[in-house]
Amino acid sequence: MTACNAMELMICVASTFLEDGAIVVVGTGAPCAAAMLAQKTSAPNLTLMFEAGGVGPRLPRMPISVGDSRTFYRGLMATSMADIMETCQRGMVDYTFLGGAQIDPYGNLNSTQIGADYQHPKVRLPGSGGANDLGSFCWRVLVITPHDRRRFVPHVDFVTTPGYLHGPGAREAAGLPANSGPYKVVTQLAVLGFDEASKRMRVESLHAGVTLEQVQANTGFELLVAEPLATTPPPTAEQLRVLRNEVDPQSYLIGRA
Amino acid sequence: MPPSEMPLFASPNCEEARMTFRARDKRMRDKVTDVADAVRRFVNDGDYLASGGFGGDRIATALLHEIVRQRRQSLSFAGHTATHDFQILCAGNNTGRGQLLARCDIAYVVGLEARGLSPHARRVVESGQVEICEWSNYALAVRFQAAAMGVPFLPLRSMAGTDTFRFSAARSIQCPFTGIPLVAVPALWPDVAVIHVHDCDRFGNCRIRGTSVADWQVARAAKKLIVSCERIISDDEIRADPTATTIPFYCVDAVCEVPFGSYPGNMPYEYYSDEIHLREWLTAEEDPQRYQEFIDRILLSVDCFADYLERSGGKQRMQSLRDEELFPERSGGPSS
Repeated sequence: MTACNAMELMICVASTFLEDGAIVVVGTGAPCAAAMLAQKTSAPNLTLMFEAGGVGPRLPRMPISVGDSRTFYRGLMATSMADIMETCQRGMVDYTFLGGAQIDPYGNLNSTQIGADYQHPKVRLPGSGGANDLGSFCWRVLVITPHDRRRFVPHVDFVTTPGYLHGPGAREAAGLPANSGPYKVVTQLAVLGFDEASKRMRVESLHAGVTLEQVQANTGFELLVAEPLATTPPPTAEQLRVLRNEVDPQSYLIGRA
Repeated sequence: MPPSEMPLFASPNCEEARMTFRARDKRMRDKVTDVADAVRRFVNDGDYLASGGFGGDRIATALLHEIVRQRRQSLSFAGHTATHDFQILCAGNNTGRGQLLARCDIAYVVGLEARGLSPHARRVVESGQVEICEWSNYALAVRFQAAAMGVPFLPLRSMAGTDTFRFSAARSIQCPFTGIPLVAVPALWPDVAVIHVHDCDRFGNCRIRGTSVADWQVARAAKKLIVSCERIISDDEIRADPTATTIPFYCVDAVCEVPFGSYPGNMPYEYYSDEIHLREWLTAEEDPQRYQEFIDRILLSVDCFADYLERSGGKQRMQSLRDEELFPERSGGPSS
């Protein structure tokens, strides 16, 4: 097994969840790297889309903005934000990646504010952007996030983007598209999914050398545990080679370790 | 679903909007002017303002600077992925220049995507002096779409079930055909919009290359529209390829030729974003005193946009951003 750092590990693991032939809407940073890596390894026919209108680029390097010109560099189409979102709303987009300052047991995400009082937040964060739309419309939502108790909280201060809201059937009752929602949460410690019956977060596989106690200790709520609990397959030498040499050769994201 | 709680900052009355559009001057006439004149004539205190592009990509920087310089007050603003554009407007708040921003429909503000959060924009929003209301990016695009269509609202399927809905002014409705719950968002007709495009003729027929973001809708929704462009082209050139026209002259009130007009933002096929300048801006904001000196130097004390470009590295810097845009595969890095 080739040694790698936490960011490399998360990108490699996340990339394996993207099926060949699917469409994924990505943002900048780790999600973009994971999608690029998948394209260059396990999913050569993956189509990338960006929220501001970029479709199918030959990414020359990592974009800085989800609206910058690299998101359609030698691309298949440069369209509108509404076109991208409507492609998601009508059910054509399989995956998206989202993040946030906080996530709860149902995968609800907060990127709006820290503090519970809307008029007087402790910290104002950007807000939904396109996250609420993508988290409502795409079939499967992936989250790449550092794993700690500040982020994994029992209740988010503000539900910016819907996960499973308060449990089974809640998305559908609110009017959100049926059978969509959070799929996997990839952290530096584990891969987490969502229990079919309760829609609550559960540990599905531990990364090599990580214990269940460690994962629970870094989570602010009780986690369910899959039976049997697997070990995450480590990144392959080929994945790491492509990630380091082709996806992020300047090591902007994966660091210069 | 419990009802949403927040106020509407603009009327969704489509009859009023029709009267406004009826009264517009629809002659094909020469609208070329300079940035200072356009802002003086078409941006008023208390206006609802929308800005084109995507925060730091194809933004009307020159016009936004001028709105701050001319000290407009009490504006409402549509923050759909507003990043550097929002940062510029915030220079009119908490800086001894009164209160430029008074109300903001927020889908995305105070952040600059991967570049981090803006300390000054945070100070402005967290101070409570700006009335705010939440939306998503798509919801704001749909609000402009409804306005462009001339209808008072449109339905969508996001926002439902979340605090983003609760702290918005959207409504929950039932589909008259299928009975499913939908979110209704009201049309948004901005008093004035500023959009930067690639090419435009003297009448206001515009071409945009690359992604259009929400500008097709914003241009049609706006009661007044100021366009800045990289270059003015002839009307013959427009007529040679009408397919390429994205905004027609009858939506446009003023045309300003501003080369590098989206700087330090990216302009597709023209120049990449200036990450060094954007970082300098973010760093200067950390300390209010230093920030005041910074905006004095690069914004308030400059004569015109060309002067700003000169103070930001001039021709040499612009040439390297052009190289980075046109040859991304061989340029050294995002800030080279």
